Amino acid sequence: MLKFSRPVVKNCKQLLLFKRCITNSPIIKTTSYRLLSNYKSSDTPLFNGIGAIRSYANTVKFTSEVYPDIHRNDIYKKLNSDDLEYFKSILSKQEIMYVAIENDLQELDLFNEDWMKKYKGQSRLVLKPKSVEKISLILNYCNEEKLAIVPQGGNTDLVGASVPVFDEIILSLNNLNQIRQFDPVSGILKCDAGVILENADNYLREHDHIFPLDLGAKGSCHVGGVCATNAGGLRLLRYGSLHGSVLGLEVVMPNGDIVSSMHSLRKDNTGYDLKQLFIGAEGTLGIITGVSILTQPKPQAINVSFLAVKNYEAVQKVFVKAKKELAEILSAFEFMDQRSIQLTKKHIEKDTSFPLEDEYPFYILIETSGSNKAHDDSKLETFLESAMESEIVIDGTIAQDETELQNLWKWREMIPESSQCQGGVYKYDVSLPLKDLYSLVEVVNKKLADADLLGEAPKPVIAAVGYGHVGDGNLHLNVATRCYSKEVERALEPFVYEYVSSKHGSISAEHGLGFQKKNYISYTKNEQEIKMMKDLKKHYDPNGIMNPYKFI
Amino acid sequence: MSSKLKILVPVKRVLDHQIKPLVNAAHDGVQTQGCKFSINPFDDIAIEEALRIKTHRPQDVESTHAISIGVDKCQDILRNCLAKGIDGVSLVETNESLEPLAIAKLLAHHVKQQNYNVVLMGKQAIDDDSNNTGQMLAALLKWPQATNACKVEFNDSMTSCKVTREIDGGEETLEAKLPLVITTDLRLNQPRYVGLSKLMKVKRVKIPKLSITKDFPQVDTTNKLNVLSVDEPQTKSPGIMLKNVDELVSKLKDAKLI
Repeated sequence: MLKFSRPVVKNCKQLLLFKRCITNSPIIKTTSYRLLSNYKSSDTPLFNGIGAIRSYANTVKFTSEVYPDIHRNDIYKKLNSDDLEYFKSILSKQEIMYVAIENDLQELDLFNEDWMKKYKGQSRLVLKPKSVEKISLILNYCNEEKLAIVPQGGNTDLVGASVPVFDEIILSLNNLNQIRQFDPVSGILKCDAGVILENADNYLREHDHIFPLDLGAKGSCHVGGVCATNAGGLRLLRYGSLHGSVLGLEVVMPNGDIVSSMHSLRKDNTGYDLKQLFIGAEGTLGIITGVSILTQPKPQAINVSFLAVKNYEAVQKVFVKAKKELAEILSAFEFMDQRSIQLTKKHIEKDTSFPLEDEYPFYILIETSGSNKAHDDSKLETFLESAMESEIVIDGTIAQDETELQNLWKWREMIPESSQCQGGVYKYDVSLPLKDLYSLVEVVNKKLADADLLGEAPKPVIAAVGYGHVGDGNLHLNVATRCYSKEVERALEPFVYEYVSSKHGSISAEHGLGFQKKNYISYTKNEQEIKMMKDLKKHYDPNGIMNPYKFI
Repeated sequence: MSSKLKILVPVKRVLDHQIKPLVNAAHDGVQTQGCKFSINPFDDIAIEEALRIKTHRPQDVESTHAISIGVDKCQDILRNCLAKGIDGVSLVETNESLEPLAIAKLLAHHVKQQNYNVVLMGKQAIDDDSNNTGQMLAALLKWPQATNACKVEFNDSMTSCKVTREIDGGEETLEAKLPLVITTDLRLNQPRYVGLSKLMKVKRVKIPKLSITKDFPQVDTTNKLNVLSVDEPQTKSPGIMLKNVDELVSKLKDAKLI
């Protein structure tokens, strides 16, 4: 059968970007080749997902230069030749990347820079151990020697949590990437932390299951990473958060102890549920090395519809209606505002035609997944018909084949990349009561306009756009900029956090706190809660070697 | 003398091209149970082209019509064609899987009956990849044919058409007088999405059905080919990484390649 390729498939597109980055900037050149060599050595797919695209770069400034108020803590030892000798004694050549002189530091850019190109550490050493035992040895040594460590998965983090701030050693889980076991009866998957999410999902699909979490960075992010950061993603509405679906974790503690709860019972009511501590801890308590997770049966029928509505109120109305009428087959409900789609159009319209003829103030993407196509189709059709008749929905389309389905999703999934590709982006991912969800985007646009920062070049801000998971009360506010500037940052922070706090929302719905929001935890958590976190941290990581300078 | 276009677009319902086809247990076809079916993507391009011709020169197009030959479910893809803006559709219902020659004969009969002067169709269906029907149809009708079109331009009087085709290493431009069969290639256009309101409007439209025995009594549709077996292609064994040249040499020797 002919392999049909009408749309420019994701991978081709990335190949183009890849070519572009090889030919353009000298700094990116090394990055790209590094990617290539990674590919050879570890079999990780290269042009997969958004994480692999790192093409629009200005040079990223060191975090320590951008934030001169933050100082390296002298309790941490500086890496010396003895330390290197030790690591060489326990690890093979492929498991160590070290640059001896500062001029070569760019070879490690891929590990030192975050995906948003906003933060950059100066680590000279990346360790990529192939076994849990080796990780245990490394941590034990670092703890004794007081060497600071940053655990790193796919490095697609959005708050600067997965890159060093100064010279912390990077411990990458790239090489710990085996599926350990899958039980098709219970649907429980056990795998190494470094398995790429998309690989895990593809593996499961072969066994008629899917990973209970899906997000834009799936082609790069790791299963362990999504657990450590408690990633939310596109399917949370249907399958719930990782706090529910993760059944067990294997964690290496700072002193080298391996703590495992991989036995995977769906019900286990014996004392403290310790694994929950590590979900969302962002690598500050230990390193997740293995994950046991409950997966879901693969839906037999999937439908995607892309709708247009007049205002944010209509978005809520459609949501209420969808919950009621689509009920158990509703698997995603995403909304996007006009500006976010305008940015995305600039970025992808050449390859992916926009589904609707006109532009509208708000768009909604609805996905249903179920077990019976005819049943789902008729449910969705009835729903859409009455939504159109009552004029809540003013325009829309429904995917007629798999290609259209994937392309419709692209209009939602490509927003993050589109809002950053013209320079940079300030990202806020907040939880707010549904009725106030979009008001944040409005007040931020007003604030930026009042400060005279918003508009055509040379004004720094292109637009503040809003989109997100209505189903979870989660808004992504992206402030697309032509460059990162202190002025813009001052206009946004702590204003955004104060606004969210005043509406009793959370300043981080799913991205976490990391480096970016380290000072703002108190907007969401109270003193007592923060103290308990600090106590735990002190108890399990007394030397503070795990991911320092971050939220705790 | 100028004439108006009367365009026929034959469309086929096929296994969705994103789905990996699997050989069925009887080894006489692929598994279809529970699989998603869609319009043949090349046919979708033909539909889009017909719509574009109509939009650009409304006064020169009399009508656009889509026809499908197959099972009752083909109504779905025909309904989408209607929603996209095709003027009329019809379904020749049959549960048999017909060969390209039989399809071409049925289409030829229909074309003569309804006096179409342009047939726009996908260059091939992605399920059997035969790439026969368009050519056979042109031959049966004794019309000129322009296959694998990536650009279609009618002259001002709508009496002839210039078609750019994709060929090995470049492009070829043909010109032919109408009536004409054109088969479409990937680069011709990017099909549009179906508008929801239009889809709702055509939801309850009754799709006119034709029957082979009643409406095409003189057409012989017996299949001439006999499928012996359908099999998966042989899988290639994965490559291996070697440490050095010596190992390579010894492996090659083991395999009796040197």
